Amino acid sequence: MLQETPRKLIDESGIRLDGRGLNELRPIKIEVGVLSNADGSAYIEQGKSKILAAVYGPKEVHPKHLALPDRALLRCRYHMAPFSVEERKSPAPSRREMELSKVIREALEPSVFVEYYPRTSIDLFIEVLQADGGTRCSGITVASLALADAGIPMRDLVAACAAGKVEGRLALDLTDLEDKGGEADVPLAWMPNLNAVTLLQMDGMLTMEEFEHVVNLALQGCKQIYQLQKETLKAKYVTVKEAVEE
Amino acid sequence: MPTFYERRQLVTPGDLLAEDDYVAGENTYKDDGKIYANRVGLVDYEDRKVHVVALKAFYIPYVGDMVIGKVVEVSLSGWMVNVKAPYPALLRASDVLDRPFRPQEDDLPSIFDVGDLIIAKIVAYDRTRDPLLTVREPGLGKITRGQLVEITPTKIPRVIGRKGSMINMLKQETGCHVTVGQNGLIFVSGKTPEDERLAVMAIRKIEQEAHTSGLTDRVTEMIRREKGGV
Repeated sequence: MLQETPRKLIDESGIRLDGRGLNELRPIKIEVGVLSNADGSAYIEQGKSKILAAVYGPKEVHPKHLALPDRALLRCRYHMAPFSVEERKSPAPSRREMELSKVIREALEPSVFVEYYPRTSIDLFIEVLQADGGTRCSGITVASLALADAGIPMRDLVAACAAGKVEGRLALDLTDLEDKGGEADVPLAWMPNLNAVTLLQMDGMLTMEEFEHVVNLALQGCKQIYQLQKETLKAKYVTVKEAVEE
Repeated sequence: MPTFYERRQLVTPGDLLAEDDYVAGENTYKDDGKIYANRVGLVDYEDRKVHVVALKAFYIPYVGDMVIGKVVEVSLSGWMVNVKAPYPALLRASDVLDRPFRPQEDDLPSIFDVGDLIIAKIVAYDRTRDPLLTVREPGLGKITRGQLVEITPTKIPRVIGRKGSMINMLKQETGCHVTVGQNGLIFVSGKTPEDERLAVMAIRKIEQEAHTSGLTDRVTEMIRREKGGV
């Protein structure tokens, strides 16, 4: 699938390469409880990005000296499978993956009641099976669902989405090609009910007005994603209830 | 002081449940006068109290609970037991022996070895120290035969039913002996494997459909139908 970067990522009428408008998300499919051996798990497909998340815990901390006396230790590992990108990626954690692990952990930590379970650890694993841009945001979205699926008390769900600037136009939910060919990318994670931003990054250059517009665009995306998250969490139980009540 | 959902409606973490004069109950939290859910579950409003019946959670030890656990380690003066809680439980040798422990004479692995299943009661627990178990009460001790079913601990009340209606029905219909551990493990032993199979199947059905109504009748019907089919 090696292809040259097409000259135009967005056409005159604002239609992008995959047929989306400027403020449209890629098609999203989410499932929870996909792994039987994890305490909580979730899977997301956002366009061509495919990500699996698993949560274990709260449980005893190993090694023991890492345990915190006043709260749970939230550990996160973001990892990309060697086959997730066009050129084989070394399975060893890269600099980028370690940084994303930290950034994702910090985006999720405010949503979890870590102080309820001192001396324990909550381990979170995010595995990117196929990457096509926006994996840190999709990663946060699924990880939040996996935490909720594990029955861990949370202040709120966290929905994440990116927006950016491509060929001078401001667009929502960039693909890998748009991210690389574009001028700026702003990932944003947001807790809808508390109206709190837990992650905001920017790569590239934007004017103040553009930045404000892009953040609003990303927030709109998060709102849509949040609705999908809620539906997914409920779907598991609603189908059982409907089947019983006929 | 408004409420935002109907009773027994499904909610997700972060959903605003009530405002002002309400009291935050189980699986909810209060922030700036507003009460939110902190787990996926069914809301319930009782007078002033708002709580959520969680659909999935893990076990938190509580003094007096009967639990079922697996011995994971024989230590110098007792055992470490996995009770499916965030903390490992301790069982002291002196508790089992009912006299002071004599390290040179007493052989701990011959009493409980790694992998043994035990029924125990929690005698002490707070979040700063690991839970302590006892087996010095009738009905507690090692499990030698039978089957073990694991369900989410929040659904244990459903398996017991109102005033034990569900569990009594289960025992009566299947003829099995059923011991319910508050930590979500249920031990079933019957006269024949077929009886045990029926009981396990019924418990699984209860777990799956815990959030629906009229469950006892449906489970009774299922057991009778299965029995008739054999």
